[in-house]
Amino acid sequence: MPMTQWLRRAAFLAGGMLLLAGCEFTGLQSTLDPAGPIAQAQLDLLVWSYQLSWIVMIATFGVMAYVLIRFRRRRNDPDRIPPQFHGSAPLEIGLTIVPVLIVIAVAVPTVRTIFATETRVAPEAGDVIVNVTGYQWWWRFEYPELGVVTANELHIPAGRRVILNLDSADVLHSFWVPRLAGKRDLIPNQNNQLWIEAPDPGMYYGQCAELCLGAHAYMKFRVIAETDAEFEAWVDTFQTVDSRAVQGDPEVQRGYQLFTSKGCANCHAVQGYRDGAPIGTPDFPNLTNFGLRNTLAAGVLPNDRENLEAWLRDPQAIKPGNYMPQLWQENDPNADEEIAAVASYLLSLGTQSSPEAQASLGGSHGDR
Amino acid sequence: MAIGRRSTGSSADAGLLQRPHGSSGIASWLTTVDHKRLGILYMLTSGTFLALASIEAFVIRLQLAAPNQQLVSPDVYNQLFTMHGLTMVFLAIMPLGTGFANYFVPLMIGARDLAFPRLNAFGYWIYALGGLFVYTSFFLGGAPDAGWFAYAPLTSLSNNPGNGIDFYMIGLFIGGIGTLVTAMNLIVTIFSMRAPGMTMMRMPVFVWMVLVTAFMIIFAFPPLTIALFQVIMDRTFGTLFYVPAAGGLPILWQHLFWIFGHPEVYIIILPAFGVISEVIPTFSRKPLFGYPVMILSGIFIAFMGFAVWSHHMFTTGLGPVANTAFSLTSFVIGIPTGVKIFNWLGTMWGGSIRFATPMVYALAFLFMFVIGGITGIMLAMPPFDAQANSTYFVVAHFHYVMGGGALFAFFAGLYYWFPKLTGKMFSDRWALASFWFTFVGFNMIFMPQHFAGLLGMPRRVQTYDAGLGLEIWNLVSTAGTFVMGTGLIMAVLGFIHAFRSGQPAGDDPWDARTLEWSTSSPPPHHNFDEQPIATDRDAWWAKKYPDLAHADEGSEYEGVDFDAGGIHMPGQSWYPFLLSLAVFIGGYGVMYANWPLAILMGVVVVASTYGWAFEGVGGHHVHPRSSAQEGAGD
Repeated sequence: MPMTQWLRRAAFLAGGMLLLAGCEFTGLQSTLDPAGPIAQAQLDLLVWSYQLSWIVMIATFGVMAYVLIRFRRRRNDPDRIPPQFHGSAPLEIGLTIVPVLIVIAVAVPTVRTIFATETRVAPEAGDVIVNVTGYQWWWRFEYPELGVVTANELHIPAGRRVILNLDSADVLHSFWVPRLAGKRDLIPNQNNQLWIEAPDPGMYYGQCAELCLGAHAYMKFRVIAETDAEFEAWVDTFQTVDSRAVQGDPEVQRGYQLFTSKGCANCHAVQGYRDGAPIGTPDFPNLTNFGLRNTLAAGVLPNDRENLEAWLRDPQAIKPGNYMPQLWQENDPNADEEIAAVASYLLSLGTQSSPEAQASLGGSHGDR
Repeated sequence: MAIGRRSTGSSADAGLLQRPHGSSGIASWLTTVDHKRLGILYMLTSGTFLALASIEAFVIRLQLAAPNQQLVSPDVYNQLFTMHGLTMVFLAIMPLGTGFANYFVPLMIGARDLAFPRLNAFGYWIYALGGLFVYTSFFLGGAPDAGWFAYAPLTSLSNNPGNGIDFYMIGLFIGGIGTLVTAMNLIVTIFSMRAPGMTMMRMPVFVWMVLVTAFMIIFAFPPLTIALFQVIMDRTFGTLFYVPAAGGLPILWQHLFWIFGHPEVYIIILPAFGVISEVIPTFSRKPLFGYPVMILSGIFIAFMGFAVWSHHMFTTGLGPVANTAFSLTSFVIGIPTGVKIFNWLGTMWGGSIRFATPMVYALAFLFMFVIGGITGIMLAMPPFDAQANSTYFVVAHFHYVMGGGALFAFFAGLYYWFPKLTGKMFSDRWALASFWFTFVGFNMIFMPQHFAGLLGMPRRVQTYDAGLGLEIWNLVSTAGTFVMGTGLIMAVLGFIHAFRSGQPAGDDPWDARTLEWSTSSPPPHHNFDEQPIATDRDAWWAKKYPDLAHADEGSEYEGVDFDAGGIHMPGQSWYPFLLSLAVFIGGYGVMYANWPLAILMGVVVVASTYGWAFEGVGGHHVHPRSSAQEGAGD
């Protein structure tokens, strides 16, 4: 329908010129730049109501402007007393019908979209299921069918439906990836579900959208949509993981030992760290294949050596309020060397410990 | 009148305390039962809280001016926005409406006071002390930090071990008592103390809206009280209402809170609608267009306000059926609201519009309320709400409704009634200059927040990253606080200047329509020398311009001497203040589990109630007509 399309464009342009002049709306976390079917449906509804709202505003403010100019008190006749009419029933009824019509025009597509985007779905063949658990202030992603547990970066295969089972381990959180889907809350003792789908590979920014105190502002995450092959390869790195340090790199070897002796292993699990007793607990971020991560501290910083060392040195400076302790005193003479070693070890996870998996990933896994 | 006469005199000596008599000095304010003095106290107190909340907002905006700033820590930041929201809703805007109601409802219905003057004083003191209680948290280990709706389980002892949440729960518990008793007082007053001839359908719309609001308060506050009580029990006595590990369902708090919380929004906005419905007719010199429709739509909004609470919870996973239901009920509220807007435009249509400061504020209200209403309809669409909820889009929306709506309407009321309150006239030029700063600043602050929200900025974050496209919107928003702050400071200076050295305003400077303008400015203690009689809607206008009024009904009251025995002025009393003070101190007892203190204060509460009950209404009679000077009996 070229006519409606033209109208849409005109309305958007009019609105755009008045309010949005010269501004970019395709941000990394922008709801106005949808990349999945749910976010698209949600934006369509906004656009429709936005167009209607311009009609309402132009009509209301137009009448208002007319009234204010036409019926202003005149200097030459300041004492005029206008006719004292009290109302008009036909006019009242007529003017009640107008908002009724507007409301109907909004309600019909709204209800349709509610059922399309919010109905609980049953898993079908090809769906990926992820159990998402919110913690103060990070995200646990568990793929029950694939045996993968990771934190803060949700890898999904592009073009396939991903069903998220949402739960919280402490307070309320809200899972929000604006470009893929509107938010859904993580509530203890309440089994919430959300599904997302990213048609194209790419990196999508997410953030907790429900106040959880402390480092709430820093409780971010990424959704990384990959081709089926890339996704399978990523999953494989978890199934073949060997997190013991590579022989021959003494610094990595030293970091591997410090990981236990400095107490990292009391909280953080690393799959395949040693045979027998596993390390860490499920209530802290699982660091398996940490070297493959794009970000650290729950999406706060790019994961590179410099940032990682700064993070290990003083976590509160980077993410105020978080639970990671400062493991090295400021005057600790060994701090620099030990921090560098731990960083080397962490960055080696997934990138060096399992050369086969590394090779199948085909090199860099950077920001797309 | 007979009631008053019977209890005047010796009953004062029967009480526990000497009945106070003074009409000046601090004691006279602590013991006053005069609705006008209490109205002024309400306005000054809510104005103070408004200033505090504005300072908190200013620090919040400074922190957000640029990405990754660390001006305040996340911890302090959480306290700031929690206190800002809590203060604005409970301690500033709602009581400002109560202040107007206190001062003007009796004057507008031609009464001499509220039905229960001492209860009125109690309502004020318990509100003021409840607010003070919450604010002492800043000096006693930190303010509440879980947001103004304090979602469980963020408020549980294990997640929030400080006393901040106790201040929130107990403070609102205390303040809620005042809101409730004042609501009941207003209902009785409006039902039983209207001037002869003032039928319900002749009442000013402001009075109508206060009546509707009072009923809303009575139905809305009990669920909040229950929820507060549950959390107080959880925190003080170890019950498990909201402890997930013990099977508690945090969602229950959200239901209980919003069953109160959404009506609360209308409790704030309906009196504001009432003010607008007084200001626009006066400055258009026309009666309100569609008076019965305006009242019915107000009642309808109030009724529907109880059927939309879950639209605050669209993202909590209620499912598509519940979301559809609450979406549709929310849309339906758009209809009476739209009707109100049309009727205000209809009132101006064909009028003779004078752009004095109150009217300009009312027009700004119309403009911003329409914008806030539209974004409200957008947010009532659950799929869009899934994106916008908990973002700056919502922040922008409710500031347009509560700030640009309610607050600007109350500013219209403040300027409209200032001459009546003080007998002085303000400078229109200065006030208009201040208006433009406030208006432009307000829109600078909140219009960009729509876009920040759509670009992915959640609310209640202490900072945000560069590179998400949020910088410019936040910078403009922060810049706006300086503009609006200038406007607000100018307004305060203007009020002070006008109060000190304004020109005498006269009794009826606006050629207004309702009875409060028929008496002197400021009104005498007994409000009216002669009992006013309402022969039409806009009773004062009908008296001024009898040719333009409907009919000369009311002749039945001609020659009736309503004040034959003099006008009874109730006696002042220490008990309302004492009772409030005991509840206030007892609050600390409960919070710190200091049971001897709590029990002692409980005893004081009982004793004060006893003293209050047995001292009688007291007071004296004035005979304004028989004495040469006005208010000689005071």
